[in-house]
Amino acid sequence: MSFISLLWVLLLGSLLGLELIGKVPPTLHTPLMSGANAISGITMLAALTLIVKAEGNVPLLIIGSVSLGFALFNVVGGFFVTDRMLAMFSRKPSNKK
Amino acid sequence: MNLPVIIKFVIDLLAVLLLALGIKGLSKVKSARDANRLAAFAMSLSVVGLLSYYLGTSGIAIQSWIWIIIGSIIGSLFGAILAKKVPMTSMPETVALFNGCGGMSSLLVALGVAIFPISGGQENFDFFKSLINEVSISVSIFVGAITFTGSIVAMAKLQGWLSTPGWTQSKVRHFVNIVFAVASLIAFFDLINGNTSSIWLLVIVSSLLGIGVTLPIGGADMPVVISLLNSYSGIAAAAAGFVVDSQLLIVAGAMVGAAGLILTQVMCKGMNRSLVSVLFGGSLSAQSTASSGSGEYTNITSCSVEECALTLEAANKVIIVPGYGLAVAQAQHTLREVTKKLEQNGIEVVYAIHPVAGRMPGHMNVLLAEADVPYEQLKEMDVVNPDFPATDVVLVLGANDVVNPQAKNDSSSPLYGMPVLDVQEARTVFVIKRGMSAGYSGIKNDLFDLPNTSMVFGDAKKILNDLIGELKDLGVGEK
Repeated sequence: MSFISLLWVLLLGSLLGLELIGKVPPTLHTPLMSGANAISGITMLAALTLIVKAEGNVPLLIIGSVSLGFALFNVVGGFFVTDRMLAMFSRKPSNKK
Repeated sequence: MNLPVIIKFVIDLLAVLLLALGIKGLSKVKSARDANRLAAFAMSLSVVGLLSYYLGTSGIAIQSWIWIIIGSIIGSLFGAILAKKVPMTSMPETVALFNGCGGMSSLLVALGVAIFPISGGQENFDFFKSLINEVSISVSIFVGAITFTGSIVAMAKLQGWLSTPGWTQSKVRHFVNIVFAVASLIAFFDLINGNTSSIWLLVIVSSLLGIGVTLPIGGADMPVVISLLNSYSGIAAAAAGFVVDSQLLIVAGAMVGAAGLILTQVMCKGMNRSLVSVLFGGSLSAQSTASSGSGEYTNITSCSVEECALTLEAANKVIIVPGYGLAVAQAQHTLREVTKKLEQNGIEVVYAIHPVAGRMPGHMNVLLAEADVPYEQLKEMDVVNPDFPATDVVLVLGANDVVNPQAKNDSSSPLYGMPVLDVQEARTVFVIKRGMSAGYSGIKNDLFDLPNTSMVFGDAKKILNDLIGELKDLGVGEK
């Protein structure tokens, strides 16, 4: 990929992000933040690339692995915690008068 | 184009689409949970896409597999355990911690590529070849480091491990941060000039900058800061995308970065603060003690739990105003028992949720939902405000600044202009509170001085338990 086309990708991605969120009920601010946060753990792909391309360079393998660990901590933890929060909203209302 | 390339292209495209739909869906109550799972699915799909691409082209060495598995298992395991165990009250800290780790990951990738320029691969993976790579590595390190240290400081402050040091409230902090920023810039240009060793300088000063910027910010503004740092971690991911030449990373990172900015903006609006004043204004309490010193209460009425119970029994309509104090006391279940009793007696109970009640928007909704409070009983500020004049009793539980009438009446108050709940319009207001200490903002609450306000001093959970006992004695809620 040429640098210019990557810049285009960056630009379009940013515009998409700006458009995606319009009105958000305050209730969802925390889950939305936490869900978006989990997505930012997409750097796990970069860490994976690093490990695959390391070709036996042990320090690089270790850095890649630690990086992957941090990213997955973010991704897995982020999605679980968001799900936990959202599960509480979808619970059926009980004790209605 | 050969097959692996096409497959990866299709998978990446699908993943981007699903991630976008996921973020979109997360902003609506109905679709939020499915959207979150959709996003999680898209993420795993992207991993499958990447791995299958390498399997189909260069292959993946056994050694690589080992390190991939080690890293994945440890990271996922810790993430899952923390996510399951952490109490709902410390959600903001948890999000901050996760976020910081995402930033750390981007930083490490860039660092790894910078220290060990891998060469000899089929695609000639020499990263330091061009200026663009150097710039993207620097940006990734810079933003990643700020995200990491900033998030950790935010977490530590919310947990109460760190307080706001006095010097950070003086002008000195701007000077210190400018020094860090300039030093980062120098390291950045030095790096581009080919001096690889200055990468460590960049790591250190940008880490310090992250600390220096976050440390002066007061507790009330923390949610906004976490949201902003969340946006940064997206930017860091996009920068890492440039480093390893991945479109998917760039798109997803840019999306999170932009969406995070919008969310930050939305949150700022809810608190009537501008982003600039959050970032550079320092802690609100520091300003207010200097500007409006009228901090003495003159007309405090305190009352017993028994009186409170008697008034509640006679009421027709009760509005509960929960705040951070409720979360701290973990009293949401006890509160639910109290309101159940009232409802059984035919009293209408509604919860008034201020947009920034608690430490994070939506905090109270999560907490009350945990205690099985029906969703329809939670009313947003604009909906509930006209109801206060027709309300017999308002129970303020650990909320403070969000019910301060100063925000409406006193133009000299630092709170002036912040939307608040008009609880003083109700016939009687009970404020359950530990003591007379001020809220986050450190500002005197005029509500406490009003004749229709009574203070019930003590821990929220204990008082609510006593209240249950008193209501029982009165025969409330028994059929």
